[in-house]
Amino acid sequence: MNFKFDFVGKRKLFFILSATILLIGIASLLLQGLNLGVDFVSGSRVDINIGPDFDMEKGKAALEELGYDNPNIRKAGNQRELLVFRTDESLDREKVNAIRDQFQKEFGKQVAVNEQTVDPIVGRELARNALISVLIASVGIILYVTLRFEYRFAMAAVAALFHDALFVIGMFSLFQWEVDLVFVAAVLTIVGYSVNDTIVIFDRIRENFEADKPKRWEELVETVNRSLRETLVRSLNTGLTVIFAAVALLVFGGESIRFFSLALVLGLIAGIYSSIFIASQIWITWKWKSMEREKRKASTVTE
Amino acid sequence: MKVRKGRFILFCLLVIAILATVAATSMDIARGITLGLDLQGGFEVLYEAKPLEKGQPINEQVLSDASKAVSQRIDVLGVTEPQISVEGQDRIRVQLAGVDDPDRAREILGTPAVLTFRAPDGETILMRGTDLAQGGSRLDYDENGRPVVSVKFKDSKKFADLTKEYLGQPVPIYLDENELSSPVIQNVISNGQAQISGNFTPEEAQELADLLNAGALPVQLDEIQSFAVDSSLGAASLQQSLVAGLYGIAIIFIFIIGYYRLPGFVAVITLITYGYLVLLTFNLLHVTLTLPGIAAFILGIGMAVDANIIMYERIKDEMRLGKSVASANKSGSRRSFLTIFDANVTTIIAAGVLFYFGTAGVRGFAVSLIVGIVVSFLAAVALSRILLGLLVRSGLFRRPGWYGVKEDEIGEL
Repeated sequence: MNFKFDFVGKRKLFFILSATILLIGIASLLLQGLNLGVDFVSGSRVDINIGPDFDMEKGKAALEELGYDNPNIRKAGNQRELLVFRTDESLDREKVNAIRDQFQKEFGKQVAVNEQTVDPIVGRELARNALISVLIASVGIILYVTLRFEYRFAMAAVAALFHDALFVIGMFSLFQWEVDLVFVAAVLTIVGYSVNDTIVIFDRIRENFEADKPKRWEELVETVNRSLRETLVRSLNTGLTVIFAAVALLVFGGESIRFFSLALVLGLIAGIYSSIFIASQIWITWKWKSMEREKRKASTVTE
Repeated sequence: MKVRKGRFILFCLLVIAILATVAATSMDIARGITLGLDLQGGFEVLYEAKPLEKGQPINEQVLSDASKAVSQRIDVLGVTEPQISVEGQDRIRVQLAGVDDPDRAREILGTPAVLTFRAPDGETILMRGTDLAQGGSRLDYDENGRPVVSVKFKDSKKFADLTKEYLGQPVPIYLDENELSSPVIQNVISNGQAQISGNFTPEEAQELADLLNAGALPVQLDEIQSFAVDSSLGAASLQQSLVAGLYGIAIIFIFIIGYYRLPGFVAVITLITYGYLVLLTFNLLHVTLTLPGIAAFILGIGMAVDANIIMYERIKDEMRLGKSVASANKSGSRRSFLTIFDANVTTIIAAGVLFYFGTAGVRGFAVSLIVGIVVSFLAAVALSRILLGLLVRSGLFRRPGWYGVKEDEIGEL
C-alpha cells in the first residue's frame, strides 16, 4: 500500500470532530429528548392502509369528524399508501372500529387497519432493560477483552461502542425520528458490530506491537499507523458489505423497519469511523502515558 | 507443486452437492418456518395477573395454571399454535399469529372472562368460576349417549346447600354478562359433582366445558398491552423484507467476487451455505421469524462476509510478503482464526445479554443473531478453509492474480 495516511497524527482533529457531534447530540437529547414511539409512552398508533397516494386532507377530515382535533398524522409506505395516526390516548376496540368504519365510509373501500397500544409501565420497563442490557454487555465485553488482550484495549473498545450508540441516539433526537422497540435492537446490533470491528483492528495492533516492541513515541505511532493501514481494506470492505445489506433494508424494507434500518446504517458508519479514528487513538494516547510512567519509574530505580 | 486434478474435481463435486441440496430443499425448509405475527398478521396481548381475592399469591404455579386456562380459551377460537409465555413475575404474553378474525380474538382474549353461577333472577351471584375445581369440567355423555358437561366443585358442602335451596329452579351460568347455559337443578348433590345437560352438540358441550375451565382461572388477567397486525400489512412487510434481502445479497455477491476473485467465489458458496443452515436451524429450533429477525439474518451475512474478508486479507498479506499461494493460504487462514474468534465472541456476548434481558420481540432478534454468528463461524471459517484449501492444493490456480493480488505488490513490504 503506497497510500500513507497519518491516522495518529491527526487524532486531535478526530477527537474534536467526534466531541462536537456527540455534544450536539447530547444537547439535543437534553433540550428536546427523543421522539418516543408508542412502545415507550402510553397511547396508540394506528396504521391505515388506504391505497396509493390517497388524499391526506380527506383522512384528516375523517379523524376530525371523530373528534380527534388536529390529529398527528403522516403518510408512509412505498406508494404512500399508509396513513399513520398517532395519539397519546389509548384507543379501545370501539374507537379503533369507529376509525375503521369512518375510513371505509370516507374512502368507499376496504381499508386495513393496524393498531398498537401500550401501557407506560411496559415502556418504562423496556427503556430501563435496554440501558441495563448495554451496561451489562459492556462489562462482559470489558472482561473478555481484558482477559484476551489488556484492559486499555477493553476500555478503548467500550468507549468506541458508547461513541457509536450515543451518535445514533443523538441523531435520532436531533432529527426527532421515532424511537420504538426495534430501535433498541438496532442500537444493540450497532454495539455488537462496533466491538467486532474494533477488536479486529486491536488484534493487529497487539500483534504488531509485540513484533515491533516500540520504545519511542514515533515508533509507537508507526506501529499503530501501520496496523491501521494493514487492516484498512478489511475494515472498509466489511463495513461496505454490511452497509449494502442495511441500505437495501432501508430502501426496500418497507415502512415498518425504516427507522430500524436507518439506525443500522448510521450506526455502521459510526462503527467503522470510530474503530479506525477513535478507538485506536484513545488506546495509543493512554498506552503512551503508561509507557512514559514506567520509563520514569525504571529510571528512578536505576538512579 | 504438481497439478492434482483430483482435488479440483472434489472441489467441484462439493460445490455441486451444496448447490443441489440448497436448490432441492430450501423451499420446503423456508415454508416450514413459523412466521411472527408482524409477518403474517395476527394479534398479541400482554396480560398482568392480579389476585382475585385478597392475599392470594401470584406465583409460578398460578401463572402456569392461568396460561393453561388461557390456552383453553384460545382453543375455543380454533387458532393453530398459539404462543403463550410467562414473562417476569406476573405477566402472560399471548401471541396469535395468523388469526383470521382479530376482532373475535380480541373479544374472547381482551376481556378477561368472569364466570358466575347466579340465582334464577339472573342478578344475585351464588358461586364464581373460582369455586370450580381447576380443570374439573369436561365433555361427557349421559346414559342415552347425549353430550353433557361434567363439572366438579371445590367445596361440595357449598354446592350441596345451593342445590338444596334452588331445587327445581334454573341456576344460569354467566360468562361476564352473557348467559352460557341455564341448567335446572334436578336433585340435591352432595358430592360436588354435577352434570349439565341440554340439547348440546358435542362441540357445544366441549366449548362450554372449556369455558368453565377457563372460568376456574385463579387470577384476573388485565390487558396491559396489545398489538394487532392486519394480515395484508404483514404479508407486505414480508414481501418487502425478502426483496430487500435479495438485493442486499446480490450486491454483496457481486462486490465480493469482483474484489476477491477466486476466494470471493468460495465466499459466495459459504454465504449460500450460511443462509441455508440458518434457515434450517430456524426450522429445527422452531424459531419464530420476525422482521427484526430478518434484519439480524442479513446482518449475520455481514458477519460471515467479515470472517471471509479477514481471512482473505490475511492471505493476501502473506502473498505480498512473497510467500507461495499454498503457504500463504495456510498461514493466512491460521493467523486469521483467533481474530475472527475474538470478534465473534464479543458480538455473542452482546447478543446473549440482549436475549437474557430482552422482551419477546427483541429476544427473537437476539436468537437470530446468535444463530447467525454460530452458523457463520462454521460456514465462513470451516467450509471456506476446506474449499479454498482444495482449490489451492489442486495446483491449478497458482497465479496471485486469482486471489486479487497484483504481481507488482508482491515483496513490496
